Amino acid sequence: MELLKKYPKLFQWLFLLVAFFTLYFAIDVPETYKFIRGQAEFIKDPNQSTYTLFGAEVRYYAFDVFWRLPPLLGWLPIWINDSLFFLMNDWMPIEFWNEDTQEFKTQPLVLQITRNLTSFITFLIELIREILLGGVETIVAFTSWDWISENSWAKLPGLPWTIVAAGAAILGYKLSGKGLALFSAIVMIYISIFGQWKPSMQTLSFILVAAPLSFIFGLGLGIAAFKSKRVEKALYPILLVMQTMPQYAVLVPAIVLFGVGDHAGVIITMVVAVPPMILLTLLGLRGVSPEVIEAGRMSGCNNLQLMFKVLIPTARRDILIGVNQVIMVCFSMAVISAFIGAKGLGFNLLLALNQLNIGLALEAGLCISLIAILLDKLSLAWANKQIDYFGNLTFFQRYKNIIFFSGAILIGIIFAYAGSFYFKEGFNYLYEIPHNKGISTADFWNKGVDWIWDTFFQTLKIFNTWLIVDVLQPMRAAYLRMPIVATFVLVMGAGYIIGGIRSAIVVGGLTLFIALSPWWDRALVTTYMATFGVILSCVIGFTVGTLCFQNKHSTNFMLGVCDIFQTFPSFVYLIPVMMLFGVTDTSVLIAVVVYATIPATRYTIEGLRSVPPSLHDAASMSGVTKIQRLLKIEFPLALPHMMLGLNQTIVFALFMVIIGAFIGTEDLGQYILKAISDKKGAGIGLTLGLCVAFIGLVFDHLIRTWVGQRKKHLGID
Amino acid sequence: MTDTVIKCESVYKIFGTNAKKMLQEANGNVDAKTFQENGCIVGVNNASFEVLKGEILVVMGLSGSGKSTLLRCISRLTDATAGKIFIEGQDLLSLNNKELIELRRNKMGMVFQSFALLPHKTVVENIAFPLQIKGIKTKDSINKAMEMVKLVGLEGRENYFPRELSGGQQQRVGIARSLAVEPDIWFLDEPFSALDPLIRKEMQDEFLRLQEKLQKTIMFITHDFDEALKLADRIAIMKDGIIEQLDTPANIVLNPATEYVKKFTEEVPREKVLKIEDVMEKPNNENLSDLKVLRNEIIENVAEKILTQEKSVSVIDENNQIVGTVHPSKIISTVFGGKKSND
Repeated sequence: MELLKKYPKLFQWLFLLVAFFTLYFAIDVPETYKFIRGQAEFIKDPNQSTYTLFGAEVRYYAFDVFWRLPPLLGWLPIWINDSLFFLMNDWMPIEFWNEDTQEFKTQPLVLQITRNLTSFITFLIELIREILLGGVETIVAFTSWDWISENSWAKLPGLPWTIVAAGAAILGYKLSGKGLALFSAIVMIYISIFGQWKPSMQTLSFILVAAPLSFIFGLGLGIAAFKSKRVEKALYPILLVMQTMPQYAVLVPAIVLFGVGDHAGVIITMVVAVPPMILLTLLGLRGVSPEVIEAGRMSGCNNLQLMFKVLIPTARRDILIGVNQVIMVCFSMAVISAFIGAKGLGFNLLLALNQLNIGLALEAGLCISLIAILLDKLSLAWANKQIDYFGNLTFFQRYKNIIFFSGAILIGIIFAYAGSFYFKEGFNYLYEIPHNKGISTADFWNKGVDWIWDTFFQTLKIFNTWLIVDVLQPMRAAYLRMPIVATFVLVMGAGYIIGGIRSAIVVGGLTLFIALSPWWDRALVTTYMATFGVILSCVIGFTVGTLCFQNKHSTNFMLGVCDIFQTFPSFVYLIPVMMLFGVTDTSVLIAVVVYATIPATRYTIEGLRSVPPSLHDAASMSGVTKIQRLLKIEFPLALPHMMLGLNQTIVFALFMVIIGAFIGTEDLGQYILKAISDKKGAGIGLTLGLCVAFIGLVFDHLIRTWVGQRKKHLGID
Repeated sequence: MTDTVIKCESVYKIFGTNAKKMLQEANGNVDAKTFQENGCIVGVNNASFEVLKGEILVVMGLSGSGKSTLLRCISRLTDATAGKIFIEGQDLLSLNNKELIELRRNKMGMVFQSFALLPHKTVVENIAFPLQIKGIKTKDSINKAMEMVKLVGLEGRENYFPRELSGGQQQRVGIARSLAVEPDIWFLDEPFSALDPLIRKEMQDEFLRLQEKLQKTIMFITHDFDEALKLADRIAIMKDGIIEQLDTPANIVLNPATEYVKKFTEEVPREKVLKIEDVMEKPNNENLSDLKVLRNEIIENVAEKILTQEKSVSVIDENNQIVGTVHPSKIISTVFGGKKSND
């Protein structure tokens, strides 16, 4: 009884586990049940049950409701799909004047809107792309193809790569100083020399369109949410879902609405990049001290002046951190958008991976990583830059960057011109080094991979087999064997213990959505892979974080490493694991572990670091040993923050598992990948995306609720 | 007859969703406890007072006493729940947004506890900010701001950013900014509370110097009773949203109206607050010593001189007219009397 009073929660948890396992073992697997490897909804089988709702026929294998729920939401993807098609093709036909055929044409409204949007975005991308690389499309947009063929001189020449590289270096210098300038220059020269200039500039032009648009929308919506509680409340659930939605899943509906290509990528990138911008805008504006706002009001600001002269400049740093986030999201989307036909580095990477040409993939991946680090450093430098006083500078000081850049343009043009004499045959390397005509290290890497395979084949294979047969398969089977009623008891019970009835209903509702979708089994597989990854990541991350924290230098070093690794688009992580483990589940899981260890480590260090120094001193004066201090003081206080790290780890792991479908897994991700190439995949893709997001949200909700209570209990912010 | 600049009539500020309704039902008798039970928090409870032209009214109270809320009602940064506020005869609560902005642009200046400077603007740009908001040309506004820089003694630092200044210097910028539009009414919300004691004293002296020159109508918020005594023409002491006593410093020290006020006055060294005129007696024909003291001298400054005398000294006004007498024993009882009774 004493124990019960002291740890009431402990007994609740124990009771929950007992209930869960009783149900787990009490309900037998139905004899007819088997995990269907193919796509169940396309199999016609006399054993299947069917029902029709909203004109959609849903086929499924019926089981006892304690074992599996019938897919009562099975109509949802079909219905979403049909609605989209209806919107695109039949709804509200309106007459439009068609320039090309010089006559009125009837088209559905939505189709017309998306077409106009598409051509606008395409125009922007082409414009920037041709400034960087040269081309005729922009001029065509103002004239016509006929005119171009008559006037073959008319094309945008494209900037020589030397000028772009110099521009990047000057930008780096302006924002941070010599170090960043040097780094920018090296990255640009590397890209050029190794023949990745063209795809890199294509990716860059993608970002240069997507990022500013996302910034404007994000800032606008952030301001609206700041001004009106109602807007904030309306946006909140969308923001929450978008945080845990795999980026990859939103690509699918984009195809239906906007077709395939860069423009579709840009538009869908905005959908993904706007939420973090909104959040950071809101955070920044909320963070402005009320006295500053009052000072603005007492200075006689009207609402507009208050917003643009007081609030936004004061929140500058947070808003620019938002810009940094936007840029990084845009970059990772630019890579993933290769799946829907966006050109650039991602496309090359995808191609190389498809051909299992690890060398080429590695080169593209390295380029992606370098550009990611560069963009991150530049935008962070911008955010952290203090404004300087410009009042009494000389003309040269004031305009020195512009002068330097003009000089760089001049020299670049002279170089390119001189190059055209020197490199008479073939390519002008001082103007633009064509794709894959630079130095290539692909052969070297490919040989390296071959060598690794030759040398370690046995070892790797033994490890691989052991992992799959002894660890993964049993774990997977254990997850699939879980009766649905046991799952609900576990999830809702945990919700109840942590956050009461309300939490139980929230997580129960999220789980119910997945349970009623046709993909419960797949969701279980996704969860099993994510669980495996999360457990390993947390063990590694918490250990490494704790060890590194013992020393100031290793702390900073580790945080730096985390910073760098975090900037890489998740897709890049698949390259080295494919190189080592080939196309298996093991590869995906290792990628998951590597990727998800980053937040686990980072949050552990940050959590330990947030323990106030006065407590350290107090503990030392009480005569604790290092271990005692860690166990009795640092861990308990850092635990809430470390749990937030766990939350991030789960989200990262889920993202990676889904991306891992590219290598070939049997979970939700695989279906998303299939939906991309399916004309009627929009509804499926969206529903699947929601399923993944909801898995993440269940954990997100539980962890956040717990952390909130714990922090209140400990009296820390 | 001096003009009334700020006038409050039964001002209430109650936070909470159904504050208005509850206030109506309470019929003027607001009890903080019953309101709190119903989810309302009483900020200001039935405040009525006037501030005269050129006067420094210090509102003193501990944290949560509603003093800042009262100030924000009068500057209309929050809207009072009930009551009337007049600024130079104009009904503040009936102003629309545009008129309110006009009023703030021309008539009001405010200084904040945490300085509330704009981090992205230099000293001179911060000071010029209210002028630029008004639509004055950049060049004129900067010129005017430079005058203010000189007024608060920050020459040479006009191109610094707030982050490069000490707390005292930042507050000088805050003061200069609030005075840039040459307002008639000057609000100061605990302007010196965030400063070190030494800097605080320096700034208080600076404040008195400025006021001597500018003669603004001032509402000054503080939680420091000594500061209130030093700066005020009149002091309003607030507790739980109610003004407990509003009077001159001397009267508050000599005749605390409530137990709460008495607690503050007990520890106050009277000789530092009271003036000779506060303790003098009517002139009579007794034998006076040759020493003459001015009526508005602080006791502390002349006590030593008076105590060397055996007979009463004569008190004179600015025109050298005898207006009263003080016996040395009176000085002794003033300095020590209050404390003895407590021991």
